[in-house]
Amino acid sequence: MSRGSRARRRWTTVLVYAAVAPFVLFALFPFYYMIVTSLKGDPELYDLDAIPYWVSQGLTLQHYRFLLGDTLFLRWFWNTVFVSVLTVLVSVTFGILAAYAVARLRFRGVTTFGIGIFITYLVPPALLFIPLAIIVTRLGVADTPWALILTYPTFLVPFNTWLLMGYFRTIPREIEECAMIDGCSRLQALVRIVLPVALPGIICAILFSFTFSWNEFLYALVFVSSGDNKTITVGVTSELIRGDIYFWGSLMAGGIVGTLPIVLVYVFFLDYYVRGLTGGAVKG
Amino acid sequence: MTGDHPAARPRRLLSPEAVTGYSFVAPALLLMVGLIGFPFGLALWFSVTETWVGRPGPFVGLANFVRLSQNGTFQQTLVNSLVYTVSAVLLKAVFGFALALLLLGITRFRRLIRGAILLPFVIPTALSTLAWWWMFEPTYSVFNWTGRALGMLRSDIPWLSDPTLAKVAIITVNTWRGLPFFAITILAGLVAIPQEYYEAAETDGASAWQRFRHVTVPLVKPVLGIVVLFSTILTLADFNIVYLMTRGGPMNSTHLFSTLAHQAGMTSGRLSEGAAISLFLFPMLVVIVIVQLQFIRRQTVYE
Repeated sequence: MSRGSRARRRWTTVLVYAAVAPFVLFALFPFYYMIVTSLKGDPELYDLDAIPYWVSQGLTLQHYRFLLGDTLFLRWFWNTVFVSVLTVLVSVTFGILAAYAVARLRFRGVTTFGIGIFITYLVPPALLFIPLAIIVTRLGVADTPWALILTYPTFLVPFNTWLLMGYFRTIPREIEECAMIDGCSRLQALVRIVLPVALPGIICAILFSFTFSWNEFLYALVFVSSGDNKTITVGVTSELIRGDIYFWGSLMAGGIVGTLPIVLVYVFFLDYYVRGLTGGAVKG
Repeated sequence: MTGDHPAARPRRLLSPEAVTGYSFVAPALLLMVGLIGFPFGLALWFSVTETWVGRPGPFVGLANFVRLSQNGTFQQTLVNSLVYTVSAVLLKAVFGFALALLLLGITRFRRLIRGAILLPFVIPTALSTLAWWWMFEPTYSVFNWTGRALGMLRSDIPWLSDPTLAKVAIITVNTWRGLPFFAITILAGLVAIPQEYYEAAETDGASAWQRFRHVTVPLVKPVLGIVVLFSTILTLADFNIVYLMTRGGPMNSTHLFSTLAHQAGMTSGRLSEGAAISLFLFPMLVVIVIVQLQFIRRQTVYE
């Protein structure tokens, strides 16, 4: 390669990085700003002349102390963990069973079921929250975490089924058939042979379901009303605002602490997130 | 998909495979019928009756829909939803495509940069909206502060109290949240294009622009179609950003179907009206899905 083209190449690289930089800044600035705001004392926070971009009048943890000590935040945190873990269990199990049936078994109506799954997969939460509010009340689970554990799988089961069907189809039939000749039942073949091979898909389904449950806002807002039973997204955004008074410092602190678990999971499993996100679209 | 050919099977009532099949799909089916199908029927029923919270009402036919279509707030919501969805999806598609092309050229710190780019899509929207709300807060807005500090602003920009600016604000936040989905998915589509196509085009003397126009664009179109389909549905049915930042205000200028349905059905207890507003989403979604699926199918055949 000539010296001229190498230099040109280096310049192109520099230009690409320079063009990506504003996008990275745009993506990350709200988090940075949230952290900075949550660490400022109230006098600086509400000082119109203070530079908002960093902390200049001393760091403080007062907003975090208020959040953890004087609000129900820890309770909301526990509720969110409880709802998310149970939702993952239900929606991944149901999804595995349904996906396996659609990908492998032959029976009347399986095609219709597959189409039904695709259609329900496209139904957004905003369409059904009013009748569902009535249903969870009739079932006696309104204002409890069970209202959410019951309704979150309505999105997640179709999603997981769709995602896992793709993974199950890539596994050769022969390996299950061998196991079944050796005396395994369908369920045993599924659990012992198919699931270990489809593990990346299962991890994707678990991550997606967990993230969805942790982040969900509309159902949590509508189905749960008492402060004790709220999840983080609703608790932070409703109980830290009293009439016209906004506890901005604690709102930001709540935003940070409520986001942290998802960020930690995300950092460890980034590749699975990318795979889950792109898998459907690129293969589809 | 496994086709069912009843004729090809032995004539038995249910084969063991069918028994296993039905029992495997039963939990999912129960959930879909009980908590999607049934509530959908219930919503239809509410929308043709005069139901309030705790008080079932008489059948009124299409009266709710007729009244809604004449209601100024609802008409405004319809316009808001179109403006919001079209501009946010367009912004996300254009910048997402550009970002995906740029990310293709990134080699050092690739994981780190992709991770940072994708972050807004992964974390709870309700909580990240708080950061944006604070940035658009009329008195303490960081944008206003910066404008003042640079001497570009005489008076504060009333971000969330002006109907147009409030729309700009919520579209910005939606774009921020959804851009990563476009960028990362389109990037995956770009990476999947076989290198030989570019090499062949280059041997034929195609310029960089021609390669982009005749190799990249047609091969990425199917992926783009699916991403636009999902994003249009999610954006049209969005709730969190508007509910938290503006509650549909000022003067209903930012209401979307979901926030208006919530206000009518939950805050005021007019279940029928709320259900009818939500149901307006349904025909729109059906049209979007049909149009998009047609588009995607045509693209795939073209290839």
